[in-house]
Amino acid sequence: MTHPTGDRINQDLLRPLLQTSWRFYLLVALFGGVVLLALGMWFRQMYLGFGVSGISWPVYWGFYVTSFVFWIGISHAGTLISAILRLVNAAWRRPVTRCAEVITAFALMIGAMFPIIHLGRPWLAFWLAPYPSERLIWPNFRSPLVWDFFAINTYLTGSVLFLFLPMIPDFAVVRDKSTGLRRKIYGALSFGWRGTTKQWHRLETAMQIMAIAIVPVAVSVHTIVSFDFSMAPVPMWQSTIFGPYFVAGAIFSGIAGLIIAMAVLRKFLHLEDYLHPVHFENLAKLMLVMGLLWGYFVFNERLVTYYGNGPGEMAVFWRTQRESFAPLYWTMVVCNFVLPLVILGIKRFRTITGAVIASFGVLIGMWLERFLIIVPSLGHKYLPYSYGVYRPQPTEIVIAAGTFAAMVLLYVLFAKFVPIISIWELKAGEHPSPELLPTALEEHPLGKLHL
Amino acid sequence: VRAVYALYPNGQSAQEGVNRLRSAGLADRDITILSGQPMEDYEFGHIDRRSYMWWLACGGGLVGMATAFFLTWITETSWPINVGALPVYAWWPNLIIIFELTMLGAILTTVVSLLITGGLPGRGEKLYDPEVTSGKILVGVENPDAASVDAYEKALSAPPGAVVKKL
Repeated sequence: MTHPTGDRINQDLLRPLLQTSWRFYLLVALFGGVVLLALGMWFRQMYLGFGVSGISWPVYWGFYVTSFVFWIGISHAGTLISAILRLVNAAWRRPVTRCAEVITAFALMIGAMFPIIHLGRPWLAFWLAPYPSERLIWPNFRSPLVWDFFAINTYLTGSVLFLFLPMIPDFAVVRDKSTGLRRKIYGALSFGWRGTTKQWHRLETAMQIMAIAIVPVAVSVHTIVSFDFSMAPVPMWQSTIFGPYFVAGAIFSGIAGLIIAMAVLRKFLHLEDYLHPVHFENLAKLMLVMGLLWGYFVFNERLVTYYGNGPGEMAVFWRTQRESFAPLYWTMVVCNFVLPLVILGIKRFRTITGAVIASFGVLIGMWLERFLIIVPSLGHKYLPYSYGVYRPQPTEIVIAAGTFAAMVLLYVLFAKFVPIISIWELKAGEHPSPELLPTALEEHPLGKLHL
Repeated sequence: VRAVYALYPNGQSAQEGVNRLRSAGLADRDITILSGQPMEDYEFGHIDRRSYMWWLACGGGLVGMATAFFLTWITETSWPINVGALPVYAWWPNLIIIFELTMLGAILTTVVSLLITGGLPGRGEKLYDPEVTSGKILVGVENPDAASVDAYEKALSAPPGAVVKKL
């Protein structure tokens, strides 16, 4: 394991931008093909009508809303983790932050697509915007869906800016190392960045302010997504614990997504000198903690429901514990709790491979968790007239699978056009000698906030 | 001569170059320092540190909060809907929108203040050398006094590893 410095960092991290291998085209063709297939299925759904999906009364929220909640949860990996690590000035964050922030931006974009896919007539998507309508359709401005609109758009705007600002100095590096059209494009993207001391201070201050602002916004987003459920009189949804339960689950799945993305980048872009085993170990420990927290929330939710013994709640409870949804429920418990606990709790297994296996398990488990929150409750509300069955159809399955391909495709394209590890932040982590370090700049203590 | 500058291989040499320019009678605001990374380990890296960005962000947050208050008030009272026993203008649900727009105001103000105070996008011909992104540190003087150019050149060339250039 070596620690590259100076020009070597430029060479290593600009290589994917300046050289293109056949593997890039293969990945784009492969995942692009799946995305096109999913788009085709979506157009088919628009043309033939919503009946091609398995969504029907009373289960109006199936795969699409499951995927919506799942992707919004995945988005918590990036900006939230990056912001927290920036605020505590953790040195090991430097190669990780951009890999993480990209996940947030793309996962939010994909997640925000689902309310539109879920519309029978997506060309009327602008009706979702909470503006006073002249068509005598008056939106309820107090609806939790209005909160979603503001929360997700605030988080998306903040996350994209949080991702973009630290890219400006790196665009300047690409500008200086390239020629022709590429130089012009990156020159425009770098905004004429020169690297004056003033620019560096302003950038670092901006990142600090945004980190502070984005943490509560990130927490609020998934709390508000949980309110979409907990504000409705549906069995097992009306729970005061849903806010923190959703946030914990979101961070949990987000870390899993980040670990997989980092492992793939490390392997295919040969970033072994930048993404060290310690980065995976730290994230794995964080994921283990979130897994335990998730288990605590699930136990809490289940125990209180069981003790309350309400007939509506208990019917849904038993559907998931030992009836039709039990196989999915126990798979979720194994994937989200048992697997991470065994793999990440034992130091010998806490390797990069171990962390990736546990992460795949967590992603499967968290998708199932979202599904099991939505479908069993909607299919078995308080009165028998509202009982129903949901069977996902190929359209929904292909579209849901297509979003995973879209995520990979967007990530591959991003890594092709932008340094996936922040060059200037890596260099800023190099210190000439210990005696030159001002005390406020030591890496591990809490960073000084220059308010 | 439009500018005279030196490229240094490390922060120590650059610090010496800055100190020598100061000794030659230049104020900090007249010295241009460019680097490929923040140089907070050195004294020159702390020049221009003071900013009002925190206060601007707070101001932006207040503007966002006021906008949210206005938006929720105007929409809910102009198009009132009676839902259960909820008041037409209900604080609890609106606090969420007020919170989100407060944060959005702070974030957008921060970005705008970064762009304005950081001089982005850069306009016109400014002193720059692509070697900066390769790790060199540029210390120089833009639009120097013709009479002082030699003195600046001498000051800049003294630290070890200096490569002095004139434009």
